[in-house]
Amino acid sequence: MSTLRALFRAGRPPAGRVALSIALGSVAALAGIGLMSIAGYLISRSAEHPPVLELTVAIVAVRACGLLKPVARYFERLESHDLAFRVLARMRLAFYRRMEPLVPGRTQGQRQGELLARMVGDVDATQNLFLRGVGPPLVALVTAAVAVAFAAAVLPAAALVLAAGLVVGGVIVPAGAWATGRSSGPRRAAARAELTAELVELLRGAPELVAAGADAAAIERIERLDAELTALARRDAVASGVVEGLGVLAVGLTVAGVLAVAASAVAAGSLDRVMIAALALGAMASFEVVAPLPTTARALRETVESGERLLAFSDQEAPVEDPTTPNPIPSGPLAVSVERASYDHDDDEAWGLRDVDLRLGPGRHVALVGPSGAGKSTVASLLVRFMDPTRGRVTLGDADLRDVRKGDVRSVVTLDGQDGYLFSSTIRENVRLARPSADDAAIEQALRRARAIDFVAALPDGLDTFVGEDGARLSGGERRRIALARTFLADAPVVVLDEPTAHLDSATADALVADVLAETTGKSVLLITHRSKDERDVDNVVRLVCGETRTQ
Amino acid sequence: MRPLDPRLLRRARPARVALGADVVLGLLATVLLLAQAVLFADVVSSAFSGHGLAAVGDAILVLCAVVCLRAVLTGAFEATGRRAGARVMSDLRLALVRGRVRESPTAADGAEAGEVATAAVQGVDSLEDYFARYLPQLVLAAVVPVIVLVWTATVDPLSALIMFITLPLIPIFMVLIGRATQARTRERWRALSRLSNHFLDVVRGLPTLRAFNRGEVQAERIAVTGEEYRETTMQVLRVSFLSGAVLDLLATIATALVAVTLGIRLIDGAVTLRDALIVLLLAPELYAPLRALAAQFHASADGLAAAERILDLIEDRPAGSAAKGLPVPAWDAVRLEGVTVAPASRDRLVLDAFDLEIRRGEVVALVGPSGAGKSTVASVLLGFVPPDAGRVSVDGTSVGDLATAEWRRQIAWLPQRPTMFSGTVRENIALGVPTASGREIQDAAVLAGAHEFVANLRHGYETRLGDGGRSLSAGEQRRIALARALARDARLLILDEPTANLDEASAAHVADAIRRVAPGRAVLLIEHRTDLLGVADRVVRVEGGRAVEVGLVGAGA
Repeated sequence: MSTLRALFRAGRPPAGRVALSIALGSVAALAGIGLMSIAGYLISRSAEHPPVLELTVAIVAVRACGLLKPVARYFERLESHDLAFRVLARMRLAFYRRMEPLVPGRTQGQRQGELLARMVGDVDATQNLFLRGVGPPLVALVTAAVAVAFAAAVLPAAALVLAAGLVVGGVIVPAGAWATGRSSGPRRAAARAELTAELVELLRGAPELVAAGADAAAIERIERLDAELTALARRDAVASGVVEGLGVLAVGLTVAGVLAVAASAVAAGSLDRVMIAALALGAMASFEVVAPLPTTARALRETVESGERLLAFSDQEAPVEDPTTPNPIPSGPLAVSVERASYDHDDDEAWGLRDVDLRLGPGRHVALVGPSGAGKSTVASLLVRFMDPTRGRVTLGDADLRDVRKGDVRSVVTLDGQDGYLFSSTIRENVRLARPSADDAAIEQALRRARAIDFVAALPDGLDTFVGEDGARLSGGERRRIALARTFLADAPVVVLDEPTAHLDSATADALVADVLAETTGKSVLLITHRSKDERDVDNVVRLVCGETRTQ
Repeated sequence: MRPLDPRLLRRARPARVALGADVVLGLLATVLLLAQAVLFADVVSSAFSGHGLAAVGDAILVLCAVVCLRAVLTGAFEATGRRAGARVMSDLRLALVRGRVRESPTAADGAEAGEVATAAVQGVDSLEDYFARYLPQLVLAAVVPVIVLVWTATVDPLSALIMFITLPLIPIFMVLIGRATQARTRERWRALSRLSNHFLDVVRGLPTLRAFNRGEVQAERIAVTGEEYRETTMQVLRVSFLSGAVLDLLATIATALVAVTLGIRLIDGAVTLRDALIVLLLAPELYAPLRALAAQFHASADGLAAAERILDLIEDRPAGSAAKGLPVPAWDAVRLEGVTVAPASRDRLVLDAFDLEIRRGEVVALVGPSGAGKSTVASVLLGFVPPDAGRVSVDGTSVGDLATAEWRRQIAWLPQRPTMFSGTVRENIALGVPTASGREIQDAAVLAGAHEFVANLRHGYETRLGDGGRSLSAGEQRRIALARALARDARLLILDEPTANLDEASAAHVADAIRRVAPGRAVLLIEHRTDLLGVADRVVRVEGGRAVEVGLVGAGA
C-alpha cells in the first residue's frame, strides 16, 4: 500500500480527470445493465398484452441504453488513456529527477547501464497503474453499488444475493489472484531472469562451449532452469484456471439465486412478476464490470513490483550534495590534487581507494596507469565530484571540492568517461551538448582537434548524421573521437580522460593518444590508461594497484 | 500473420493437444450456453405464471448444475491452454538450444542473443494467452454465431433475420475502420517506442549529461516530449478506438432492436415469453465472441510472433549425418586437401580448393586480410563448418569419420572474439578442463600473461565475470581466453588473433608462451598483425580462398 501511495504521489493523477473517467466508465457499465434489465422488463410486460403506448417509455429506454453504452465506453477509453499518458509523463519526470543525482552512483560501467535500462522499463510499467490497476476496480465499485441499490428498491432479498455474488466475483476471487501472484510472481521473475541469462550466454558462446566440450553441462543447466520455470508456469496455469472457473460460477449461481428469490417473492405476492426477468438479467449484466478484476489484480501486482524496485533505487541517498555556503572556484591556473584520499565501495568487486595521492599541476599531462579494477575510474569520479572521498580530500587550487558546487567543479574539470555516451541524435547535437551556445564553426573546430573532421565530412549527411543508439552506427574509433570532440568543445582547463582507447585496436589507440596529447598542450590532462606505452608520452606517471598509489 | 502457424503444430505436440481441446471447448460451451438460455427462460416463464419456488426449484437446480459444468470446463480449458503455452515455449527453447549446439554451432552477437533469449523466455506469457484465450475464442467465434443463429431461427425466424442482417455488418465495419486506422495504429506504436527510447536514451546517458552539467536541462525536454507525445497519440486514438466503439454499438443496438421487436410481437401473441427470453439471451452471445476475439488479438499476437521468431531459428534440417564415429588415432599431421566452403549467404567461395598441412611440433601462421577466410579454416578443423568439397584428415583418416566429441577434445581453440561466461575467473579458465587443479589453472594464466592482473583483482581467481560480474578490458578477456586454451592438453592448438588488443610487451609474452607449448603440438596461428610471425615455422597466406605458402619470414616482417 505504501508503494501505491508513493507511486500516486509521483504520478499525481489529476482528481478531476480521474473522476470523469470513472464516471464515464460507470455510465457505460450501468447502461449495459439497464439495456438487459429493461429489455427483460419490456418483454415480460409485453407478455401481459398491454396497449403498445404503455411500453413507449421502456422502448425508448432500451434504445437509449443501447446507444449510451458504446458512446460512454468510447469516451471512457479515450479519457483513461489520456490520463495514463499524463501519469506516465509525470512519472518519467519525477523518477528522472530522483535518479539524476544518484548517477553515476555506486554501481558503474555495464551493470549501471543494465540497471538504468531496467529502471526505464519499470517507469514505463507504471502507466498501467491507472489504466489497468485503479480505474477498473473503482468503476466496478460505483457500478456494483448502483446496481445493488436498484435491486434493493425492487426486491431486498435479490439485492442481498446480488451483493454476495459481486463480493465473491469482485473481491474474493481477485484477492485470491493477487495472493497467488504475490507468492509465485517473484519466483517466476527470478527463474526467468536466470534462464534468459543462460540462454544469452549459450547463444553467444555456443561454438566455444562445443569446442571446449562444455556444451553438455550448459544444456543441462538450461534444461534444469527451463523445467523449473515451466513447472512454475504450469502451477500458475492451474491457479488461473481456478480463478476463471470461479468467475463463471459466481455469475451463474448469483443469477440462479436471484431467480429463486424472485420466484418465491412473486408466489408470495411481494414482487410484480414483470420484474423477474429484469432482476435476473440485470444481475447477469452487472458481472461484466467484475469479470476483468482478477486480471486487473495481476496487472496491479506487477505494477507494484516495478514501483518497489523504482522506489528502492530512487530512495538512495545522493552520493554528493551541494554545500550550503559554496566557495567560488579560485581564479588563475589551477592545480588539482588528490590528498590521501580513501573511498570505500559498496560494490565489493572493485578495489576501494586507500590513501591515494595524485597531483595534476597546471598544464601538466599525467598518466594514471594500473590493471583493471585497481580503482582508476574511482579516482576520475572523485575529480569531478561524482562522489566525495570517505577520508582525505580532493582540492582544486586551494579549495576543497566539498565546499564547491558540483556544477562549478564540472565547468572547470571535464570528464570524458569510459562510458562516454553518444545520444541517439545527430553528430552536431552530440558535440554541442558540451556547450549549447556553440555554432557550427566551433563544433567543426572541435571535431578537427579530435581528428574527426575528415570522416564526418565524408559522411553524406555530415554533421547531421544520425549516430544511432549509443553511436551504434559509428565504429568504435569514430565514437571515441566524437566523444573527444565534445570534451574539446567544453574547453575546460582540466581534462580527465578515462580509458579513451578501450575497445580500440592498437594502431588506432596509438594515433588517438598522440592526437589527444598534442591538442591539449597548456591544459592539465589526467590520462587514465592500462597501456604501458602511453607512459612515454606524458610528464608524469602515477601507478595505482589494488586501490593504492605506487611510486615509480 | 497467420492465426495458427503450421510449423507450431508440427513441432509441438502440446500445441496439438491444446488445439484439440479448444475445438471440444467450442462445441461444449455452445451447447451449455444454449442449455443455460433455455433453462433460464423456462424458470422465468414458469415463475411468471405464478408458480412458486417449489415448481421452479428443479429447473433452478439443473441451471446450477449447468453453471457448475461451465465453470469446470472454462477453468479446465484455461489451465490446459496456459499449460500448453508453457510447454510449447519450453519445447521450442530446448529445440533451439540443442540445435544451436548439435548442428553447426554459430555465435549470435550480443543484441541478437538478447533479443532471441527474451523472446524465448518472456514470449511464454503471450503464448499462454494465445492458447488459453485467442485460439479458443477463434473456435468460438466460428462456431457460436452459426449455432446461435440456427437455433434462434427455429425459435423465432424474424429475430434471426434481424440478427442475420446485423451480423455481417460487423466484419464489414471492422474492415473499413481497420483499413483507416491500421496505418495510424502503426504510427502510434512507433511513437510509443520512440518516446520510450528517448527516455531510455536520456537515462542511459545520465553519467555523460552530469559530466557536462546538462542533467537539469534534460528534465524539461522529458516533460515537453511527453506532452507532445500525449497530444499526437490521443489524436490517433480518437480514430482507432472507433472500431471498438462501432462493434459495441452494433451489438447493443441489435440487442435493443431484437428486444423491442420481440416486445411488440409478444403483445400480438406472435411469440411466447419463453421463446422471447431465449432469443434475448442469445442475441448478445452472437456478438460477444467476435468482440472478445478483437480484444484478445493484440496480447496473443506477441506470443505467436515470439514462437515464430524461435521457429525461424530452428532449422528444419534432418539431424545426424552418416558419421562413422571412429576412434581418433594418435596422429602426427592434420591435413586439409582441396577444401572448398561456399556458404549460401555469400556470393563467393570463402575457401576454394584450400590445402594446408600442420604437423605436430610445428607452428603454422595463417595470414591475410580480414574476411579472407582465415577463421573459416578454424571452423572447418573444429567441424563447425562441413567442407562442401575436399577433405580434412589426420594421418589419412578423414576427420568426418571420427567421433566428433573425441576429435574436438584434442583441440584447444582461442576464438577471434572470446566469450566470458558467468562464473569466476577460475571457472572461465577451466571451461575445457573442469577437473583442472588450482595450480594448473594458475600455470595456464601465467603462460597467457593473465596471472598478474588476475592476482591484482580484489578477489583474484574468484572474481566473478560475465553477466552481473566484473567487466574486463578486451585485452584482459583475450588473455583469460588464451589461458583457457592453454589449460587444455590438446594436440591441435588453434589461436585466432591471440595478440589483438594487446600491447607489444604483452604480445611478446604471448609469443614466448607459444614457443613453450609448441613442442609435441600442432599449432595454427591466425594473425592479422605481424607480431607473432617470429615464432612461426611456416607462414601461409590466404588469398582468394587459396593457400599461398610464403615460407619463412624474418622476424617482424
